[in-house]
Amino acid sequence: MQNTTLILILGAMAVAAFFIGRGRAVAVVGGPQHGTDLHSLPGYYGYFTAIWCLLPALAVMAIWAVLEPRVIVALIISGLSEAQRSLSPGELNLLVNNIQNLAAGDVVSGDLDVALSEASSRLSGYVVMSSRLLAVVSLVLAGLGGTIALRRIQPDFRARNRVEKIILVVLIAASSIAVFTTVGIVLSVLFEAIRFFQEVSLTEFLFGLNWSPQTAIRADQVGSSGSFGAVPLFTGTLLITGIAMLVAVPVGLMTAIYLAEYSSNRIRGIAKPLLEILAGIPTVVYGFFAALTVAPWVRRMGESFGFEVASESALAAGLVMGIMIIPLVSSLADDAINAVPSAMRDGALGLGSTRSETMTKVILPAALPGIVGGILLAVSRAIGETMIVVMAAGLAANLTANPFAAVTTVTVQIVTLLVGDQEFDSAKTLAAFALGLMLFVVTLILNVIGLNVVRKYREQYD
Amino acid sequence: MTMARMTDVNVTDDQDLSGDENKVAGSEVPRAAIDLPSLAITEQITELGKTVGEVRCEDPYIVAENVDVYYGDNHAIQDVTLEISKQEVIALIGPSGCGKSTFLRCLNRMNDSIESARVTGNITLGGQDIYGKDLDPVALRARVGMVFQKPNPFPKSIYDNVAYGPRIHGLANDRAELDDIVHSSLERAGLLKEVKDRLEEPGTGLSGGQQQRLCIARTIAVNPEVILMDEPCSALDPIATARIEDLMDELSEDYAIVIVTHSMQQAARVSKRVAYFHLGLLVEVDETDKIFTNPQHKLTEDYITGRIG
Repeated sequence: MQNTTLILILGAMAVAAFFIGRGRAVAVVGGPQHGTDLHSLPGYYGYFTAIWCLLPALAVMAIWAVLEPRVIVALIISGLSEAQRSLSPGELNLLVNNIQNLAAGDVVSGDLDVALSEASSRLSGYVVMSSRLLAVVSLVLAGLGGTIALRRIQPDFRARNRVEKIILVVLIAASSIAVFTTVGIVLSVLFEAIRFFQEVSLTEFLFGLNWSPQTAIRADQVGSSGSFGAVPLFTGTLLITGIAMLVAVPVGLMTAIYLAEYSSNRIRGIAKPLLEILAGIPTVVYGFFAALTVAPWVRRMGESFGFEVASESALAAGLVMGIMIIPLVSSLADDAINAVPSAMRDGALGLGSTRSETMTKVILPAALPGIVGGILLAVSRAIGETMIVVMAAGLAANLTANPFAAVTTVTVQIVTLLVGDQEFDSAKTLAAFALGLMLFVVTLILNVIGLNVVRKYREQYD
Repeated sequence: MTMARMTDVNVTDDQDLSGDENKVAGSEVPRAAIDLPSLAITEQITELGKTVGEVRCEDPYIVAENVDVYYGDNHAIQDVTLEISKQEVIALIGPSGCGKSTFLRCLNRMNDSIESARVTGNITLGGQDIYGKDLDPVALRARVGMVFQKPNPFPKSIYDNVAYGPRIHGLANDRAELDDIVHSSLERAGLLKEVKDRLEEPGTGLSGGQQQRLCIARTIAVNPEVILMDEPCSALDPIATARIEDLMDELSEDYAIVIVTHSMQQAARVSKRVAYFHLGLLVEVDETDKIFTNPQHKLTEDYITGRIG
């Protein structure tokens, strides 16, 4: 029986359980006219029954899905001959793969032999048996759970509280998904990075001035042995982030001041959604805008002033990234400015300040912590930004502070290291994880500082 | 007489926004339903003619003639005429939403910051038309100080709070002069003794009553001619309130003080004259004693005996 059918049947059983449970609750007190004798509304008894019918069966199915392949592979291996079982793990893995492919009707590598086809037919047998067993077990559990729940229905049974408790468990499970995913990602990056640092020393990575990750794959291959000094990447990232912030902070801040304090409601009503559209443009679109429009323009302008400008320059990428971040800065600054109580404005105006004196001497200082927090969040956004720099900043890991030169960033290098087929036992590929870890740590610190500053600021006026 | 809407809306003063009937852009149906009784009251007032009592005074400093205020379509203040002399404390009383705060805010043009507000009529300060074309509202607000309902010290040090006004108006030539202004202002606001050792600490760290006295010190530091107080004690406890009331008494020697209050006891204690507002109309103005012992208008009597509001 297929899992889809099984789930459909379980669903139907749950629906039936709901109605039976509800009906029984009503019957227990002697008809709907005695409904108030029940502790909870009859529907809650129905939900309670349905949940007991459904959840254990689904839990078994989930566990089954995890364990089934392993058990079957173990069974297959134990059925193989002694010689095959003593193969190296890699070869054994290959053999099992072959058996599975054969059973699924796919192409098999190597020659077919009797043992192989026999094993594959055994495999098919196991699979069929497993799915039948699962169907029987889960249906029996569903029936059993439903029956137990039905038997517990009494007038003073607190079905409402029970159902809410189960909902609470579901909510906790849902929220832990994000947490566990984060932990999982961090751990996987951490372990791969540790593998990298076994090949390349931490000091070379953190303080080396030369980044050239190409390593020779074979011993006789001509090529560099690889050099993993990440300093050029971090300076490149800093340069582009710096340029981006030089664009985004003044423009975003002035936008926010204008929108929050000076503009009429009509202009605000038009400008705010437009800014949000700017925030909604995919970064890849900004990327080709940077590479195809801004970079040539920067090059032409630079050359007309007599500078030598690379066709992919830090300046072009930084400018476009700055434009991308304007909405973020302006909306966070706008929030901070609006959070300053209007009593402050009234107080300053009542003392005879002009609007701009009110703004610069009272409102901005009061909003400053919030604005700083917003800027820190924008910086971490800029550091993590990838698409624009991939397209517009180039790949050359130059150690330079010249905004007209091509530089590269941490994120760009991670992309180039992992694009395409890569071997996962070389320092070149593992370097991506080390870079990712560094990036993660830096943005995490910035975010923590930024969020704390914002939060501290919010408490001030509550 | 066709007046679309009698109930006053004071959008700047949330204390006055006490009920749904005060919403600016409400639907038409409940508005009409609520206006019916108010219309009857308006008829009652206009039947009796103009404001009862004495709107004029000797040696007037602020003269408001036929002032009307509109918030959009809403007629918040109707044809108010009132004179205020320089040596008096005048209290504006009345039920929530009666227009007393709105009238107060006309006197230093704080209503300018509300886009929909429109003021007609004539208000002069020492003979100068404050809604005149050649008058800078920013300069006016330095002459007419304001203390707000909730203490609103800036998130700066106590010293900087008081020094803010003198600094932006260039009242002090050097640091020593500024120190003098700050100290004397705090002294006059009765706060110096409590804060003289911690002038660099934030003003927001003071207690509510101290904050309000700090705001008064901040206001008198720019040397105004008039001080407007919009329910200055409504957020304070009785002891802090008593201190502010004593302070008003002292300050009234040098400044004209206009105070909006919900407390009739407070009005009786601090003011020389009382103006009773009702639904945007100035119903009665007279000496404080007279208002509280022998009110002329039935609405005033109802209010002070607790039948309205």
